[in-house]
Amino acid sequence: MMNDLLHSQPGWYNAAVFFVMGAVLLLVVLGFVTYAILAERKVLGFIQLRPGPNRVGGKLGLLQTVADVFKLLIKEDTIPKLADKPLFILAPVLAFSPAFMVLAVMPFTEHVQFADLGVGLLYYVGISGISTIGILIGGWASNNKYSLLGGMRAAAQMISYEIPLVISVVGVILFAGSLNLTDIVEGQKNVAYIFLSPIGFFVFLIASIAELNRTPFDLPEAESELVAGYHVEYSGFRFAFFMLSEYVYLFAMASLTTVLFLGGWNPIPFLEFIPGAVWFALKFSIVVFFMIWIRGTLPRLRADQLMEFAWKVLLPLALLNIFLSAAVKELFLK
Amino acid sequence: MIRTEEMLLNVGPQHPSTHGVFRIVLKIDGETIIEAKPVIGYLHRGTEKLAEDLQYTQIIPYTDRMDYLAAMTNNYVICHAVETMMNLEIPERAEYLRVIVMELGRVASHLVWFGTYLLDIGAMSPFLYAFREREAIINMLNEISGARLTFNYMRVGGVKWDAPDGWIEKVRGFVPYMREQLAGYHDLVTGNEIFLNRVKGIGTYSAEEALNYSLSGANLRCTGVNWDLRKDEPYSIYNRFTFDVPVFSSGDAWARYQCRMAEIEESLKILEQAVEQIPSEGTVMAKVPKIIKPPAGEGFVRIESPRGEIGCYIASEGKKEPYRLKFRRPSFYNLQILPKLLVGENISNLITILGGIDIVLGEVDG
Repeated sequence: MMNDLLHSQPGWYNAAVFFVMGAVLLLVVLGFVTYAILAERKVLGFIQLRPGPNRVGGKLGLLQTVADVFKLLIKEDTIPKLADKPLFILAPVLAFSPAFMVLAVMPFTEHVQFADLGVGLLYYVGISGISTIGILIGGWASNNKYSLLGGMRAAAQMISYEIPLVISVVGVILFAGSLNLTDIVEGQKNVAYIFLSPIGFFVFLIASIAELNRTPFDLPEAESELVAGYHVEYSGFRFAFFMLSEYVYLFAMASLTTVLFLGGWNPIPFLEFIPGAVWFALKFSIVVFFMIWIRGTLPRLRADQLMEFAWKVLLPLALLNIFLSAAVKELFLK
Repeated sequence: MIRTEEMLLNVGPQHPSTHGVFRIVLKIDGETIIEAKPVIGYLHRGTEKLAEDLQYTQIIPYTDRMDYLAAMTNNYVICHAVETMMNLEIPERAEYLRVIVMELGRVASHLVWFGTYLLDIGAMSPFLYAFREREAIINMLNEISGARLTFNYMRVGGVKWDAPDGWIEKVRGFVPYMREQLAGYHDLVTGNEIFLNRVKGIGTYSAEEALNYSLSGANLRCTGVNWDLRKDEPYSIYNRFTFDVPVFSSGDAWARYQCRMAEIEESLKILEQAVEQIPSEGTVMAKVPKIIKPPAGEGFVRIESPRGEIGCYIASEGKKEPYRLKFRRPSFYNLQILPKLLVGENISNLITILGGIDIVLGEVDG
């Protein structure tokens, strides 16, 4: 439906549909963020022998995040006196909007996709890079030494990890013969690409955790070193925007992992009667759980080790993966 | 041509990883530290000066507030100093109770160190695991002394209260439990590649430097110097127990980590033997005069606290208050090597090195 609309004459009706659909997706994403934060706190609590949130909204703390967001909304909005004001205000928006924009190309099921771009994957990678600028600007504009260090770390880290991330999916592109995310999922009808390029998956997973700034790669905000890193001066809803972008990225990255390597909405053989959306949600949840689990287990890397790891380990592995994928395609998939 | 400038960065006194109100002024180039200047004194309460107006029994609660993670050893050092000057005979059961609570305190202190160190390095879970075990210890100490941290348990001549019924059994049960949990820590942390990369070869110093800087405790034993006052100058009844002094030779943060973890095991050994040997009956307080007046003269004792050598010097005029009281506070001495270690390191390593020294600000500032 969306495709037809995209190609039809522009008009008020189309605009209204797009606006409503966009708002619906935003609500879905916000709903996800609300419960992803709760899930993260609950899973971490489980790992760390704590109950987690359990006061607001019954025993499971179902309304805890809602209350937190409300608190952030009504907080005083402070801007440091010596901050670069326009940039300071711009930074959270710049960090958040790409996180939401990348969801446009994400095929959640065969039917639910907003823009079926021919170069969907490239679009994702390109747009997601913009967030880094938001973080860097936030770090710079705060006029705080800690946030400056955090911003610089973020820039260095994200540039380094974008490269293995992109190269690791070249194998997938080879198999699918397309940059279109729907085609990539269709190509996994028989076997998911995780089995065809396990090295690619491994590199992609690590690089994506680094892209998301999550433990063990949470250097830009390393609370024990840089206090809170790039968003140390942000409070209230501007801070919430940074947090929001982090979790929307988690949503986007987990979706992308599902689409690229875990076969998207494709079911496991003999279980075809379960609808695609459920499969997608299931695989997606496993990825999210894995990321939370990692956070509960590992210590943080050091900045120089992080760089070394990206350039000396992940990048060669990703390059090797291209070669192996090509060989696999030539030998077994002809 | 890009012009770069050095930046002055104030770490602390309010910073999550300075373990209290410790401040360090860094001159950094990018993230590389060129110069580090520690600033201490934010928690200075003048314990030593206050002590000059207090009777000896009244000083004991003040010592609780110095090294608040292992207050039992602080309690002991002042009691031990006065007892040595007065030549007091301590009842057997009191000695055993003292050793048990001190070793429990040592385990608790090392657990806090383990947890917060891993928290500094960025792993959150070990902190909560360590605090679960520490809580068990704190509860036991609470039962025997009535306080969770500032025990005020020891007195000149013995201890204030005998152990409640079943307490010794609890300690006995705790030892195997703690061993099991310790194995879990090793599984989770000790073999972790990221952790090893973070601590190996970081903050290295030689045995000679350690001695020159007057380091003690695990900070000294990590360089290969075998020096533990419990073995080398046995006080109390430590010569009745068999235990080893863990010594590692690489002198880096990794050696300090191994050293402290091994010390927990050795403390458990001592606890195990102590609960077997403790006499089931007997008084816990020696016959001491109502008002304690050490004979005129000077006295100095030193014991092994979890952080190193803690010493207590008393100059007495034979009155009920000391003329001068001085504590050798190990954290203060151990901290001195910090500026030297930090030059050329980056900010991540600053946290690793500072955490590895294991300071307690109450003790640094006195």
